Amino acid sequence: MKLIVAVIRPEQLSDVLEALFHAEVRGLTISRVQGHGGEMEHVENYRGTSVKMALAEKVRLEIGVSNHFVQPTIDAILAGARTGEVGDGKIMVLPIEKIVRIRTGEEDQDAVTPVQPVESIE
Amino acid sequence: MNNADIGWMLLSTALVLLMTPALAFFYGGLVRSKNALNTMMMSFVALGPVAVVWALIGYSLAFSPGHPAIGSLSFAGLRGVGMEAQGAIPHLLFMAFQGTFAIITPALISGAVVERMRFNAYLAFIVLWVVLVYAPVAHWVWGGGFLASIGALDFAGGAVVHVNAASAALVAALVIGPRKDYGRHAILPHNVPFTMLGAGLLWFGWFGFNAGSALSAGTTATLAFTNTLLGPAATLAAWTMIDMVRGGTVTAVGAATAIVVGLVVVTPAAGFISPISAIVMGALGAAPSYFALIYRAKTRLDDSLDVVAAHGLGGATGAILTGVFAQAAWSGGARGLIDGHPAQVLTQVASVLIVMTYSGAATFGILKALALVMPLRIADRHEKLGLDVANHGEEAYTHGDGAILVPAHRSLGVGGKPKEAVSAQSAADVIAVQSRGGA
Repeated sequence: MKLIVAVIRPEQLSDVLEALFHAEVRGLTISRVQGHGGEMEHVENYRGTSVKMALAEKVRLEIGVSNHFVQPTIDAILAGARTGEVGDGKIMVLPIEKIVRIRTGEEDQDAVTPVQPVESIE
Repeated sequence: MNNADIGWMLLSTALVLLMTPALAFFYGGLVRSKNALNTMMMSFVALGPVAVVWALIGYSLAFSPGHPAIGSLSFAGLRGVGMEAQGAIPHLLFMAFQGTFAIITPALISGAVVERMRFNAYLAFIVLWVVLVYAPVAHWVWGGGFLASIGALDFAGGAVVHVNAASAALVAALVIGPRKDYGRHAILPHNVPFTMLGAGLLWFGWFGFNAGSALSAGTTATLAFTNTLLGPAATLAAWTMIDMVRGGTVTAVGAATAIVVGLVVVTPAAGFISPISAIVMGALGAAPSYFALIYRAKTRLDDSLDVVAAHGLGGATGAILTGVFAQAAWSGGARGLIDGHPAQVLTQVASVLIVMTYSGAATFGILKALALVMPLRIADRHEKLGLDVANHGEEAYTHGDGAILVPAHRSLGVGGKPKEAVSAQSAADVIAVQSRGGA
């Protein structure tokens, strides 16, 4: 089991989600974050004040997957998040010691295997 | 002239002026947060150059005696526009009142091209448009032009303002093309309360728009005022009922839209119809726009904020129904179908078609001409980033995290090239160079 942490551009999030769902990755968490990844800062002006915006808006995805899902997940994120410009973000893969599904108490591999297809909400 | 009339018209002028910032809120709430300032600026900026151009040349082309198709330059630079009476009010006040209409009309068009049109191109467009399209059309109907001669009724601007702006909006949306995300990703309003605030302020300002179009503080103003209350009320009621009958929920964005549609519908008729007719007209006006909105979203036409559905269909419905419901007992002369003058309906249809055709064709010409000298659209990567940062160097909602103060001498580019510009590589860097020196 691995934890995949990806930091991407917010405007690419829809594309990434689409690619992930297409790759049958069904469990994920996102958060809005700010970061600096080597891209050039842009300058903003408010009346007489000019500022360099050193932190850019980013979205962080956290996805716990079983081993054979690692590569498909990475591929999906690459497909959705890459624009070719500096600032596209990073994907990090971390080992996981233990996963527990709260609803059932299932652990590890079972906990990250979807038991049934996700039903759409009316 | 008496001071009651002058007082009401001074107030009306201020009320109509407020409608343009109100429109900024209405539109601004409907776009994504990365484009909030750009969208609001598309309305706000009309308050500047459009008003100046109006005073210098637009007013003369619209309201000076001339050809049936266009006025002359006899009032250019406000020559001869002073304190002499123009009806019940000073000529100068009439010019200012009409100026507020000229300001909001091009701003309405922006709803069709938000989130992708370059701001500079938009600025050039609205200045040209108000001179080449708004001024002649206003002349045709209100300045003694040929639509006035054939007896077309347009109390406060159903054809001149709304059909005119909507036809231009349709053409502009087609020429500029859809947003990259349109039809691919959900594009949701980022601040619905803004939109409701805008709708409320628009209604408030519209009392000046319609009742002020009586050009005096008398019984005609009273009638138009009352109809401006009752027409949109009926549209909102009908809209709500359609929502419920269709089994859906009554939405806030829908209610805000209904109010604007109702205001548009009653505008050409406000001083010509009975208050009960205003209720009927308002109710009838809901359905065409309601279903046009739903249909439009399924097409490739990215009229982003539905200028055509709200102002085009609403304006056309209102203009045509004015030919049905006008009654001499209320209008003091103008008669429609229910008052034994069915031909008025055809006159109204003709006026809508003429305005629509001219506005669409002229807008196409202006945009194509502008495209020869400047790009109309922003670059795709800037569209993704958002126009607030790309075109204005500002953000609507920034917490200032990570903002590093740039020393004043560097931000002005004094003392050689700024360091960032030398190492310019990325997209963000190009923006940094562009926005430098902006106020």
